Parts: sequence; structure tokens; C-alpha cells
Amino acid sequence: MILFNKVSKRYPGGYKALIQVNFHLKRGEMTFLTGHSGAGKSTLLRLIALIERNSSGQIVVGGQNLSRLPNHHIPYLRRKIGMTFQEHRLLFDRTVFDNVALPLVIAGFRHQEIRRRVRAALDKVGLLNKEKSYPITLSGGQQQRVGIARAVVNKPPILLADEPTGNLDPGLAREIMNLFVQFNQVGVTVLIASHALGLIKSMGYRTLILQQGNLIGDTYPRR
Amino acid sequence: MKHSTHLQNNPRRKAKPSQQGHAWLLHHLYVLFSSLGRIARTPLPSLMTAAVIGIALALPTGLYLLLENVQQISNDWESVAQMSLFIKPEINDDAKINAFAKKLEQHPDIHGIRIITPAQALEEYRQLSGFGDALKALEENPLPAVIVIQPASSEVEANQRLLKNLEQLPEVDIVQFDMLWLKRLFTIITIIRRGVLILAGLLSLAVLLVIGNTIRLAIYNRRDEIEIYKLVGATDTFIRRPFLYIGFWYGLFGGLIAWVLVNISLWLLKKPVKQLAILYESQFELVTLDALSSFILLFCGALLGLAGAWLAVGQHLKNIQPR
Repeated sequence: MILFNKVSKRYPGGYKALIQVNFHLKRGEMTFLTGHSGAGKSTLLRLIALIERNSSGQIVVGGQNLSRLPNHHIPYLRRKIGMTFQEHRLLFDRTVFDNVALPLVIAGFRHQEIRRRVRAALDKVGLLNKEKSYPITLSGGQQQRVGIARAVVNKPPILLADEPTGNLDPGLAREIMNLFVQFNQVGVTVLIASHALGLIKSMGYRTLILQQGNLIGDTYPRR
Repeated sequence: MKHSTHLQNNPRRKAKPSQQGHAWLLHHLYVLFSSLGRIARTPLPSLMTAAVIGIALALPTGLYLLLENVQQISNDWESVAQMSLFIKPEINDDAKINAFAKKLEQHPDIHGIRIITPAQALEEYRQLSGFGDALKALEENPLPAVIVIQPASSEVEANQRLLKNLEQLPEVDIVQFDMLWLKRLFTIITIIRRGVLILAGLLSLAVLLVIGNTIRLAIYNRRDEIEIYKLVGATDTFIRRPFLYIGFWYGLFGGLIAWVLVNISLWLLKKPVKQLAILYESQFELVTLDALSSFILLFCGALLGLAGAWLAVGQHLKNIQPR
């Protein structure tokens, strides 16, 4: 589903964020991506959603070679990838419902269909009673869950999460992780960037380890 | 909720086309009115922007109306443009003059005639000149008969042709027909018309820039929002749409303000113009903005708004990429 072949990312200043990274995530696989701050986790996720383009190597997502994908096709790629962000990136002048509905509105769904799907997604993350609230009135954990609902509302085959448990206490963090597990169980390919090593280990999934832009580990749990 | 695990879950392909069209139309209407709401949320700055556009549009509109009015006055003058045929003095018999006049009346280029016999001319002169007593001293009437001709056409060229024809008639001494001042007036009007066009062009450019700048500010104020839209897969077309509608509304409101300004000006001018017309014993009525001109004004406003927004959006939206 996601294939990295000798992928490097250099920034104009000469800084190398990723160096010759190789891995392959199969369809329906759940994987963690870990490493210290600045190891290149976010950059790797951003390359998949084409928020940035890689400097060299090949990235194939869902059979599409991203190097050859013209800019005007990027929106359609992003509709197939649900993404959550550490800083949530919600619209603070819209209600929770409107935030979650955004990907559906953009894709041109009908009103009733939007209503149905948004409520289903909010129900899934346990925020159905907050649909009329504004994000500013929610806690950090709740905002993260709004972000997750927005990422999955379009039923994308791929889900990318950047530090979804960033500032959450361990109990909440585990709840969030369990949400991703549930999405994975219905067939979504999930890639979660996180530095919460203890939590990752306890989850028991494949883990990619980045260090200063190099992929230094690709471990599978012992089963 | 169930998840599809393949990449080709494009909802557009699944839904019936008519339903999609319906949703598309609804979305457009929604964006149209939500952008109106966005303008209404900051009434004073929005009003000021629209007023600048309104004044810029009102100027060429007002000048256009001025020209239309001048044109109307000069048309009136042209229709009273008459040719005076001075008959040769040897033809002083009323019957001969009448016969000649009858002949002229058949001419297709002549709309109407009026005969001034030498006697009538003398009488008129006596009354108007104040030389009544001096004229009594004359033994015989020195004035020739005059036939005043109303040309059928109001075109300068046709009248020149008629003038040439009439001059060649044996009964005619001289033909008096001074079109030169009218020609000069028309030329001046043509120049002014060109000037108004240039001014309209420049002011349209100003409207484009004002709207472009307003939209540019709106885009940068909503930078975060645009980034989020792009992150969740919005196309440029989708993101552009509300800004285009904002430009449309500004242009339309600008046009509306221009319309109001022009009509207020006309209302203020109406009374003095009426008084002047009475002094000239003229039936002159001010040319005002009719339905078609009003529509064109509003349409141009809206079109300029759209175009200005289009230029600004095309330039600035590309610069905003999600971080």
C-alpha cells in the first residue's frame, strides 16, 4: 500500500531529513513510526500525503508513483489518505460537526449523506454529544478525536497520524491508540508516528525506527 | 462504520449524476450566500470598499449620461436644421414661386417647405429690425422670395448632396445651410466620447485593483483555513470559489452604489435643467438611466468584481501550501 524505495529528503539549506529510507507497508497493516524529535517522522508522513515532495527515490501509495503525480492531482490523493495532526488543525470558527464534515463537503457529498456519515464518525470517537460545540471548548484529547473523526469520515483506505497522543495522559493516549486499532481492524492501513515508546511496545505492532533521517530499525512483535 | 479498503472509492462515481448536480448547485448557492454573510459580518469596511468601487463606476456612468444628453440636444438642433433657398430676384411672381415650391415638395429628400414671399419678408423685417420708417423710403421691395426647406434626412452627407442639387436649380440664387458648427460639435462629442471610454477603462482598472487587493487581504486572513482545506483534499477550484463570490458581491454592490449616486445627481440636476429648458422654450428632458443601462452598470460591476477576484486568487492561492 505504501512503498518507500531509497527515499531521501533534503532541504534547501542542505539539511537531510530522510536518507535512503526503504520500507513497504502492506494493505491493511498497522505500523508505528518512532524516533526522537527531529528524526524525520513528520517528514516521512508529509511525503506520503505530498505535503512535501521527496528529493530522490520512489514513493508508491496505493499503486500511484508520487514522483509522477502532477500537482493538480494532489487533492485527490489526499482524499484517499486520512491524516491527523499533533496540533489538530481544526477550524476554530466552525462547530465540531462542520469540521468533521469538511472532507465530505469538499468531495461533493449530498447533505443527508454528510449528516449520516459525520454522525457515524463522531459516534465512533465518542463525541456525538459535542457536534454543536466549537473546538475551543473541548479538551486536547477531545480535539484530537475530532481530528480523527475528520480523518476517517471519508472512509479513506490509508490513515496517517502524527503524534496523536502528544500531550495526553497515559489513559487517554491508550484510548486514542485503541481507536486506531479499531480502524485497522476494518481494513484501513494505519501508520502512526509517535515517540511514546512504552505505549508503542505495549500495543504490539510493527515498528519503524528513525534516527537522524536513517531507518535504523524495522521490528515485528514476537507473537 | 464500514471501511472500503480499495483506493477507488470515489463518491462521484457512485452517486447518480442528477443527484450530484443537485448537490453541486446547492453547494454553489450555499457558497454564494455564505460569502455574502462574510461580507456582512464586517459591514463598515465592506461598505467602504463597495463605495470606492461605486464612485469609480459612477464617474464614467455620469459622463456617459452627460454625453447622451448633449447628443439629444444636438439631435434636436439637427432636426431643425433648415435650408434657406433664396430665389432669384427676377422670379417675383407669387404664382411662379408657388409652382416652384410645389415642384420642390415632390423631392424625396425634402420633408417639408415653407414659403416666405418678398412681401412677408419685408413685413417681418419691418417688425424686427426697427428700421420701419427707413424702409418706407424704398420704392420697391429689395428682398427676394425665400423657400425654407426641412430636409427629410438628418445625416450630414445626405444633406450635403441635397444642398448641391438645390444649388444647381435655375430658379435658385443661393442656398444657405450652415452645417459646419454642427459638424464641429459632433467632432467634439466624438472626442469627448473617446475620452469617456479611456476614463472608463482606467477606472475599471482601478476597480480591478481595489477588488484584487480586498480579496488578497481576505485570502491572507484565512490562510490557516485554506491550508486545512488543502490538507483534507480540497481542489484549487473549491478554495477559489468563495473568494470569487466575494469579488462578485463587492462588484455588484459597487454597481448598486454607482447607480444610486448617479440617480441622486440626476435628481439634483432635474429642476435647474427644467428651468433652463423653459427659458429656451425647449421640450428637453434629461436622459436618465433606463432599465437596460442600469442592468449594464450592475453587470459590469459584478463582472469587474469577479475578474478582480480571479486575478488575485490565481496569484495568491498558489503561494499558500500547507505546512
